[in-house]
Amino acid sequence: MSNAELIGQDPGWVIALKGLFIFAACVFLTIMSVWAERRIVARMQQRSGPNRVGKFGLLQALVDGVKLALKEDLIPKAADRVIFVLAPIISTTACFMAFAVIPLTGEVNFFGHQTVMQLTDISVGVLYVLAIASVGVYGIVLAGWSSGSTYPLLGGLRSSAQVISYEVAMGLSLVAVFIYAGSMSTSEIVAAQDKWWYAVILFPSFIIYTISMVGETNRAPFDLAEAEGELVGGFHTEYSSLKFALFFLSEYVNIIAVSALATTLFLGGYHALPGLGFTEQWLGGWFTLAWFFVKVLGFFFVFVWLRGTLPRLRYDQFMKFGWKVLIPFSLAWIMVVSTLRVMSQQQAPRVIIIAFIFSIALIYIAITSLVDRQKVNHAKAAKVTNSEEPNFPVPAIPNSRSEQLNG
Amino acid sequence: MADELTPRSDDFGLAKADQSKTPITNHESASFSKQLLGFWVTFKTMFKKVNTVQYPEVKEPTAERFHGRHQLNRHPDGLEKCIGCELCAWACPADAIYVEGADNKEGAQFSPGERYGKVYQINYLRCIFCGLCIEACPTRALTMTNEYELADNTRGKLIFEKDDLLGPLRAGMVPPPHPMYPNTDDGNYYRGEVTESHPSQGIPKND
Repeated sequence: MSNAELIGQDPGWVIALKGLFIFAACVFLTIMSVWAERRIVARMQQRSGPNRVGKFGLLQALVDGVKLALKEDLIPKAADRVIFVLAPIISTTACFMAFAVIPLTGEVNFFGHQTVMQLTDISVGVLYVLAIASVGVYGIVLAGWSSGSTYPLLGGLRSSAQVISYEVAMGLSLVAVFIYAGSMSTSEIVAAQDKWWYAVILFPSFIIYTISMVGETNRAPFDLAEAEGELVGGFHTEYSSLKFALFFLSEYVNIIAVSALATTLFLGGYHALPGLGFTEQWLGGWFTLAWFFVKVLGFFFVFVWLRGTLPRLRYDQFMKFGWKVLIPFSLAWIMVVSTLRVMSQQQAPRVIIIAFIFSIALIYIAITSLVDRQKVNHAKAAKVTNSEEPNFPVPAIPNSRSEQLNG
Repeated sequence: MADELTPRSDDFGLAKADQSKTPITNHESASFSKQLLGFWVTFKTMFKKVNTVQYPEVKEPTAERFHGRHQLNRHPDGLEKCIGCELCAWACPADAIYVEGADNKEGAQFSPGERYGKVYQINYLRCIFCGLCIEACPTRALTMTNEYELADNTRGKLIFEKDDLLGPLRAGMVPPPHPMYPNTDDGNYYRGEVTESHPSQGIPKND
């Protein structure tokens, strides 16, 4: 039986329990990941991080949450009250909803009922995730706009521009997966990866997805929306107390959600690592949950690692990278992938396929060497010569030499 | 307190600072592969020993000449060194010191010579720990300790009185007021010729 059929047989109580389980898992993961992030980043900077509350500071995030909840809830006078309250709710709901189509386990015995830990399996599951992610942007842009204040507005606009731009690259990177899996349903994509992960076959797509998911979640080095030096706190500057906590929660749930999607689409979902498939047979379906979360937490570690290593990008560089590098590259990649796919489906002779790959490689080398030569020329042109006068245009300095001579 | 602590190293990072004097010459941006090395740096650092000091539980000694809380010192027989001249108060750029001098009287001798500091207050909410008062003190009565834990919750508690600032009575010292060492004047005291208390001055503290 396929996953969709299994889920179709779920009685109401199973669906309710599954929803509860997913919600609880998300909240728990958020709390733990806030702690883990602070600890890991601290270790990367040779500090020890929070270690006071509970063993190893494990309860730190929980206590911070309680503190946030007990703080005064301010709504600025200039704010649009309804939208101001609504924005964090939209943001949080959207990122939780993305989890509905992620298959967390294989077939399991759920209180005596055979099912899979996946709330629903729609045939366009991945599109649904992308759509929900776009709804989440409304939370950000509305929060920035309704605050009635300058910095949140700038932060909100920046962050929505960023999320939308990177969503394009993200969507394009997924196209190759759809072509290969022949489906947009998450469970079928996982099933299609039983031999090879798409992270291996479609490595460029995987790289584009991982880059754009960092941009999509507003995380370092792409956290321009909350560039403290420029924008105070970004879109959530005016938020306090529980409403701020909701934004905080949604940020981390979002990270977990995009990591879960990456796991599903590229790393074989809930299946065991290659060579460890026997664990699924021995330990039963529930053990696949562990594999799933190992992969998700692996992604989470990469998020933290990026934050610990890279400085924030400048806004124009960031946009340039998204529009002029990621999107054209993934478009070209989709063309290559779809050509290959069609060739293999129509049983083209191996010679032709190899010739095609070879010519693609040649074109790639030609383009990169051209770009390199251009770079060298640019570098030559931009060589700074030592002279008294600066060799770039500068505004006239009052009482400067030239002014004294001319006027 | 400071005696129990041992420094983690004698070197206060000076040797390292010396090493890192190599000038940065490369203004070109590093290649992509070189930029990726940054990931290795942060990954490696995760397994290094943490540099944090768990402060209230673990205390690191300060530098030897750290400017901490002030102390009013005593002569070896227990008389106070402070003569109430107010030079410290005049030197203070933050106006943190208040001194009132008074005359030593027969039967109420607190310091060698004519005068002693009757009231001595330092306001640690104003003090900037610059040490100009220490430089100004003509009798070496005022010095600084290495104690740095000076936080409190009211303004009043942070104005330290003479009792709070006076150094402890050591073995062989007699608590003032008591007469000066027989057959000496204040000059003998300042030249360091009085090295102990005399039985006629009172019963010395012993431990």
